This record gives sequence, C-alpha cells and structure tokens, in this order.
Amino acid sequence: MDIAIVDTGCANLASVGFAFDRLGVRFKITRDADEIYAAPRVLIPGVGAAPYAMTTLREAQLVPVLQNLTQPVMGICLGMQLIFDESVEGGETVPCLGMVDGRVEALETGDLPSPHMGWNQLENLVDDPLLDGITAGDYAYFVHSYAAPVSSYTLAGSTYGQAFSAIVRQGNVYGCQFHPERSSATGAKILKNFMEIAA
Amino acid sequence: MLAKRIIPCLDVRGGRVVKGVQFRNHEDVGGIEELAMRYRDQGADELVFYDITASTDQREVSPEWIGRVSKVLDIPFCVAGGISSVKAAAERLNAGADKISINSPALINPDLVNTLSDAFGRQCIVVGIDSFFDGKNYRVRSHTGDPDKMRETGRETLSWISEVIERGAGEIVLNCMNQDGMRQGYDIDQLVAARAVSSVPLIASGGAGAPEHFKDVLQAANVDGALAASVFHKSVISIPDLKQYLIKEGLDIRP
Repeated sequence: MDIAIVDTGCANLASVGFAFDRLGVRFKITRDADEIYAAPRVLIPGVGAAPYAMTTLREAQLVPVLQNLTQPVMGICLGMQLIFDESVEGGETVPCLGMVDGRVEALETGDLPSPHMGWNQLENLVDDPLLDGITAGDYAYFVHSYAAPVSSYTLAGSTYGQAFSAIVRQGNVYGCQFHPERSSATGAKILKNFMEIAA
Repeated sequence: MLAKRIIPCLDVRGGRVVKGVQFRNHEDVGGIEELAMRYRDQGADELVFYDITASTDQREVSPEWIGRVSKVLDIPFCVAGGISSVKAAAERLNAGADKISINSPALINPDLVNTLSDAFGRQCIVVGIDSFFDGKNYRVRSHTGDPDKMRETGRETLSWISEVIERGAGEIVLNCMNQDGMRQGYDIDQLVAARAVSSVPLIASGGAGAPEHFKDVLQAANVDGALAASVFHKSVISIPDLKQYLIKEGLDIRP
C-alpha cells in the first residue's frame, strides 16, 4: 500500500480511489488505526458537512490517530477543512482536528452565486514540492461554501468573492480545498507530487 | 476568476448516448465512456448524463455505468434520471457521481429536495427544470422524456426555481423546451429572468447552435455555464474552437 485513504463515511471515496488508480498508486480505504499509522502517506477525503464527518472520525476513534501522524498527510475538500482547528458552520463552532492552525469560515461570496462551484484559478503560488509543474493561473475544480482564509500556511490561493486558501501546508500536513480527483491534469499532477514528497 | 463552464449533456437510453429533436425521434450518437472521454479530452468542464427514460418508465437509472465513467473521467459529472429516494441518490454518489440532478420526482414530491440536500449537502443536489413558454408565461413540464407521458405541472418556472433553492438545491439547470434541439440560440429573456431569482449556480440548456449563442447566454444572462448536446455530438461545434472563441471575446474560460 502506498497511501491510506481514511474512510470518512463521505460519498466521494470511490472517485478518490479511481484517481490513484489512474496514477498507478496502490491505496487502501480504511478506518483501521494501525493501517493508517503504518501507511507511508495518508489522505483525508470528504464532502458534505464538517459536524457529520467529525462525528464519524470520533466514533471510529481516529481523531488522536490522525493528529499524531508524522508521514505526509493531505486533506481534500471537506478533508482540508477538517485539518484546521475548527470550522464555523451555520453559526456553530465545530472543533476539528487541529493539525493546521486556523479556522474555517463561510465564504463571503457577496452577490455571486453560492456554493462556489466550478473551475477557478490557483494564484500566489509558494515554492513547494507539492506545486512542482503547477503554474499560477492553472485551473482546479472547486465545490464548497466554507473556506480557510489566506494565512502563513497558504501555498496557493484562489478568489471567489474573497481571497481564500486553495492549498495549505503546515509541516507534514497538506490541504487542498478543490477536488484534485476532478481537476483533470492539474489535479493529477498535485496528487502525483504528493506521492513523491519524501516521507 | 471562476470560469464559465461548457457542459456537454449526454442523454442516455439503453446504455447508449442518444439525442432527439425537442425530446422526440432519438438517434444513437455513441457509447457512454467513449463520448465521456472524448469530451474530457476536448476540454469539457463537466458532463451531465440524463437517463431520459428513467422517470417515464418508473425506474431508477442503473449505477453500473456510473462507476465505469468515474473510473476513467477526471472532470466532474452529474447524473440525472428518476432519482426519487435517498438510497438511489446515495448509490449514484457512492459510485462516483459528483452531483445528482432531479427533475420529475421533485415535482411529484418537492420535499425530496430538502431530504436529499440534508442528507448529502446542497453542493451535490441539482434541480433540472424543463420550462415551456406558452406565449404568456414560462411553465414547468414533467416527464419530458416521453412525449406521450409528458405533463403540464401547473407550476410557474420562476416560482419553482425560487422554491427549490429555498428547499436546498445547490444548482439549477434550466432547459428551455421551445429552443431545445432547434439550434436557434438560448432563451436569453427567460434565462435573465431565472438568473435574477437564482442565488445558486444557474446552467442554461436548450438552443445552442453556434459559438455566438454561448457568448450571448454567458454574457447577457450571466449564467454560470452553458449546456449543449447535439452541436457537440454532431461536431457542429468543436469545444476547443468554442473555448478559444469565448476567450477571445473576453469571457473567463478554462482553456
């Protein structure tokens, strides 16, 4: 196994697995703590709402497991929101995994349609192995209503109504707000780069 | 900038992609995965698969081909057709569909929109609307996959859009039936009116016949995307050429 995909109980597990299949990466979808600890890399996928996903992780007793990982970890879409300290959804503050400093909040879209749905550009790229071969202006596929603000952990931003973090990194923990598994060649490149980051 | 989306629509019947004129006289235009990958390679931003017989035949679209599409496709796709339960929606999303679209079942049971939105999140619940201009008003029709089973719903299109958004729809696909398959251009007036009541993404459908039609609807109605079928299936318009043209016209488009 090259990567463990954490079974967050969310719907897009199959799509994420297929994306790794296309890259020739061996993955396992799992809730088993030992398997997750032992995996060279870990991916936290997710779609839907943070409270539901956090409840699933707590019930599976995976919160401390994920918090203690030292290998490269990546959260995508809702999974990226879960790696932050907390998420504010519908006025309620949901404690999250706290693997990256900061909080996730509703995207202020103003007069623009919401959710933010579609292909948007990556901007203000920071030099990082995850972004090898990625250029400012490249498009990725986003679907979300909540986002992390731009911070010192932002590797790439994007803008919809407001600037927000499209990709973050704090130490061994990465997050992608967009769906790399649905972002065509750009998404495949980012997943491939993640698989090549030194463990 | 968020790009305007170009969305080929693949009507599926009997495991094949078909296309009719104003929902009649279907002809075979190709295999599902073959067409999906062709459009992906040409730069389609998203694909929509409509199982056009599902609602009229009282059955729910088979998830089997959804998994096959998800396996090969690395752009988002939406599936539609007869989805009338949480279970049916879950099967399709778990098989790899990014979004599900409901049309006739929402008209029969509007609470379904709330139920699905609560279960999976607004972001993957699309409501498709078939709208017919009767000379005075825009009216919603259901069961449009089969002319013999098609029904007037008595609903007014703009109020139905507002209602489904209120109930939790995350995107609206508005198909203007008078224009469908006619290639005379999108119904700009209707889409402008729909835009004014849509706080969620709005996708235009019905009437694309030339690159200018895409430019007109994306600019004048400010829709988030434009959906088309026959002009792509019959190679009347090539997606790379269309996108180049739209970029030249100043629209935000993913090249």
